[in-house]
Amino acid sequence: MFGAGGGTNTYREVEETDVVFLWGANARENHPIFFHHVLKAVRRGAALFVVDPRRTTSAQWADAWLGLHVGTDIALANAMAREIIHQGLANEAFIRRATEHFEAYRVSVETYTLAYAESVTGVPADVIRRAAETYARADRAVICWTLGITEHHNAVDNVLALINLALLTGHVGTHGSGVNPLRGQNNVQGGGDMGAIPNRLAGFQDWTKDPAVKAKFDRAWGIDMAPTYGKNLTQMFEAMEHGELRAVYAIGENPAQSEADQHRTERLLTGLDHLVVQDIFLTKTAEFAHVVLPASSSWCESEGTVTNSERRVQRVRKALEPPGNARDDQWIISEIARRMGHDWGHPTGEAVWNEVRSLAPMLAGMSYERLEREGGLHWPCYDESHPGETFLHSRLWKEPREGPAAPFSVVEHDPPVEMPDAEYPFQLTTGRRLDSYNTGVQTAGYASPLRRGESVDLSPEDAIRLGVADGAPVRVTSRRGAVVAPARIDTSLRAGLVFMTFHYQDEVKTNVLTIDATDPKSGTAEFKACAVRLEPMTG
Amino acid sequence: MDLHLLKAIATPDERDAVDAHLGPPTSGWDGGARQPRDAHTASGGHEARSERHRLLPALHAIQARIGWISEGALNYLAERLTVPPADIFGVATFYGLLSTVPRPPRVLHLCDDIGCRGKGGEALCRAVEQAVGPAYHGPEGPHHTIPEATAWMRSPCLGLCDHAPAALLTEAGPKPAARLFGPVTTAQALAVVEGGAAPGGQDRIRIPQAGDPGLRLLRRVNVVDPASLDDYRAHGGYLGLRRAFEIGPDAVIREVTESKLAGRGGAAFPTGRKWAAVAGQGVRPHYLICNADESEPGTFKDRVIKEGDPFAVIESMTIAGFATGCEQGYIYLRGEYPEARARLSQAIEAARRHGLLGPDVMGRGYRFEIEIREGAGAYICGEETAIFNSIEGFRGEPRNKPPFPFQAGLFGKPTLVNNVETLVNVLEILRIGGRAYAAIGTEGSTGPRLFCLSGSVERPGVYEVPFGATLRDLVTLAGGVAEGRPLQAVLLGGAAGVFVRPDELDMPLTFEGVRAAGATLGSGVIMLFDDRADLLDVVLRIAAFFRDESCGQCVPCRVGTVRQEEALHRLKAGRARGGLTTELALLEEIGLAMKDASICGLGQTAYAAVESAVKRLHLFAGARTG
Repeated sequence: MFGAGGGTNTYREVEETDVVFLWGANARENHPIFFHHVLKAVRRGAALFVVDPRRTTSAQWADAWLGLHVGTDIALANAMAREIIHQGLANEAFIRRATEHFEAYRVSVETYTLAYAESVTGVPADVIRRAAETYARADRAVICWTLGITEHHNAVDNVLALINLALLTGHVGTHGSGVNPLRGQNNVQGGGDMGAIPNRLAGFQDWTKDPAVKAKFDRAWGIDMAPTYGKNLTQMFEAMEHGELRAVYAIGENPAQSEADQHRTERLLTGLDHLVVQDIFLTKTAEFAHVVLPASSSWCESEGTVTNSERRVQRVRKALEPPGNARDDQWIISEIARRMGHDWGHPTGEAVWNEVRSLAPMLAGMSYERLEREGGLHWPCYDESHPGETFLHSRLWKEPREGPAAPFSVVEHDPPVEMPDAEYPFQLTTGRRLDSYNTGVQTAGYASPLRRGESVDLSPEDAIRLGVADGAPVRVTSRRGAVVAPARIDTSLRAGLVFMTFHYQDEVKTNVLTIDATDPKSGTAEFKACAVRLEPMTG
Repeated sequence: MDLHLLKAIATPDERDAVDAHLGPPTSGWDGGARQPRDAHTASGGHEARSERHRLLPALHAIQARIGWISEGALNYLAERLTVPPADIFGVATFYGLLSTVPRPPRVLHLCDDIGCRGKGGEALCRAVEQAVGPAYHGPEGPHHTIPEATAWMRSPCLGLCDHAPAALLTEAGPKPAARLFGPVTTAQALAVVEGGAAPGGQDRIRIPQAGDPGLRLLRRVNVVDPASLDDYRAHGGYLGLRRAFEIGPDAVIREVTESKLAGRGGAAFPTGRKWAAVAGQGVRPHYLICNADESEPGTFKDRVIKEGDPFAVIESMTIAGFATGCEQGYIYLRGEYPEARARLSQAIEAARRHGLLGPDVMGRGYRFEIEIREGAGAYICGEETAIFNSIEGFRGEPRNKPPFPFQAGLFGKPTLVNNVETLVNVLEILRIGGRAYAAIGTEGSTGPRLFCLSGSVERPGVYEVPFGATLRDLVTLAGGVAEGRPLQAVLLGGAAGVFVRPDELDMPLTFEGVRAAGATLGSGVIMLFDDRADLLDVVLRIAAFFRDESCGQCVPCRVGTVRQEEALHRLKAGRARGGLTTELALLEEIGLAMKDASICGLGQTAYAAVESAVKRLHLFAGARTG
């Protein structure tokens, strides 16, 4: 947030907060460890609000469930903001000291009355008011979100709408208050920290904007970096479409099954001149590859670090030799570099880490020795004597403020690209279940008593209307394709809304249905909303 | 809350029983029909979880309406209270009076416990068994069919030992009823099993000393009309509360401390210290619990007060609440006392009508409310921390201490738990003053004390004597051994107490006197066994009682009570493992393990009576070695 790509609070602070908003996040199933921290807060007396189109198992724990229509998060957030302002609950001192563009924001949310928000989101006005009051009045409050916010064509706007609420109430920059995207894997945050994103180098440094950064990296690496960003995944597929991108080297990623509009993805991948896949399993994507590089498992066959959702960097230690011809990722990459004419030798994990520390100030104080002794450290940690910071942006509370003001952003409601109509009358939203992970690469290999296989989940009302019995096969058709899956009647859904996962891509290719409508700012596709038709299979 | 509901659906009657207690459902999310609003919102969380304490009363409501708790009913309750069905099942199966297998609407519970079995209780059970078949345990047991109208079951002590053998008839239906009665004849029992009504008209309260001007605790019992607040007031009622308001909370605690009153429930903890500890806690609210679960076999003194002088319980609770800063009191009443429940409910209502309970007690600006919570047939729920779990809607398993109840008790708040008899003593303390009260009895045991005389005694009943009386005094007061038979043994303190020999009758019944003799007063049980009694049979019944009543939470008790009973069975059969000496050593080892390592008093005392039978009565001295 505000320049640094990470959640603002530690898990401990979530336990010690007063109000938790899970917004577009079914943490009970998808972030079960994090949810235990939420439960500690709840048992201490914290209020829990869950914003989700479905009444998920997380929502079942909540003091209030706000069951909005898919893709109406901005309308809800803006209405909460308007209510907070009108009730005089905005934190005026914080707004004055730490933020900018408030007036434009205030004007922009004025049209989002409770009545309007109820008509758009479906959430009763009194519940929106209660959510607004509870959030604004709290001494400490956190908003946590995941893909329910970001898998939309306007993902960044959704995030900004939530950040606006935190700025409006001053719920950021103090212990137990903040805004936190929950990470889906143990090291999603670490990938960003290391610069494995197209527009930042290690430590979220922008070499295109800051000449000092560019000079530092150029000097360290003996090169002259071009001042342009790389492509994100969506842009890469667009480039493949246009024939600009002809070769792909995929490390630990299975886009053949995880991308929206699967038929298109397969076509583009198979049309490449050269596809290299480096992974620990022979994924669907690897099946299309010209070269497969069997890699090691980073949590037990490799030395290094990971960073979790609370920005805690921790050591990972090697316990096993990789099987067969599998090799450590670092070894593979170094070998490729060598054979391309750059001999880096074979640096240890610690040597690579020390290079990162020398270039990324926010990680500079984290020696292996300290990480081991202190059980991990939260970034930023600027030098060996710095304790690491539990919550970010305390500068916003300094009088006078340090650093730039945090900007309010004017964001407007913008419904999903594809809305239900007469031909495709149902809205399909996708997500994940407790027992499985994404395309199943990491989870399908073992049995779980919870696993039921893929289904199309629908409301009892729709089941009656369509004459579908629980378990009966249903054909689900979108403008892009069709799949068949057994129906599962789920009271957590309302009429008109159906739910599927993409855990069983080999059996039910859910992503042939989803729409490739991506957010230009983040490159994320709108997995959360597309229009489908349901037809019971007879005979 | 993760609710994995069952497919079973409640019948209209079952829903109605739950709704009558909880009110109708408010949305499709708590068991009602799906409303348009339910598509977009649901509430729950803290609000829903705060209703958990209504679980046991709701289970009572289903049991009372239907006679058992079906899967459908359980499922509906799970939806209503947002508690997982498996969790509710754990609670429902914890209690003997609740059934999760089909039962007919009427159940006759016949007491075969130590107080009744020697007085015809066992013979009665056998006669009924001969006539209509074995006791009912559910359709999976010896019964393959469910009796249509009435089933009979064996029961642990029903607290009517002065009218042995005792019986409890429960009748489920739209107008549920229950009646505790005795002494019951075989003909009466069979008539009930055949569908007849419970015999009425017996005297329920036996106070052989009634009218004695020296009585302090029992002076109103069988003298006043227990239903009349006016009569209670005419006999000194509510003077204690008036005095409490006059002198203030601190002075009340000072009087109680000076009286040196010690708890009458069995542990004999100094009451004044307990009150001061609760009053001194900064955390609010404070809760008061009157422990009216009296379930110690052979104990019925509290029942006599609850039925005969219910306003005394209400008034003394109000005083205790005032002194220790409680605004809410609970009477935790054992489920086998329907008459006591009726009397106490009536007294609470009358007190509320007259402004003696409610937002402004006696116009003094003090708020106090009392609610009755019924147990459901679990001896362990007399343990003070088990009461907390039971009221909160969990299995009635004791908690580890610390934290102590005065720190974190009911709902995690400072809680005062006092036995009925203890509380009623406070009225006397405020009447005559703490110092004067302390002058009654002995240095170490002050005040009057109630004793429950039962078994082979001429005049069974509740007796009140100042501390200092000997065991012989009490036996004499009760007319000696029934029919003038020779005395074989006396069980002091109940199943958790000890046996003493006829040559120990001069033991003074004071805390220090019994301690010196290696005995206990417990809950004031004095049960006599004459020369005809089969003491081994009694000891086995005690062992079976503890095995059945162990809550199963901690290993020493769960396993130990079973092993103890097995060893006793082997001894009885003359098949002592490894010889008599070895078997008795094993028994001792099990007993010590239970005493040392159990979480609560149940396990800690489960060996006491057995040990005394072995060591004081030399029960196995002439046994064959096997």
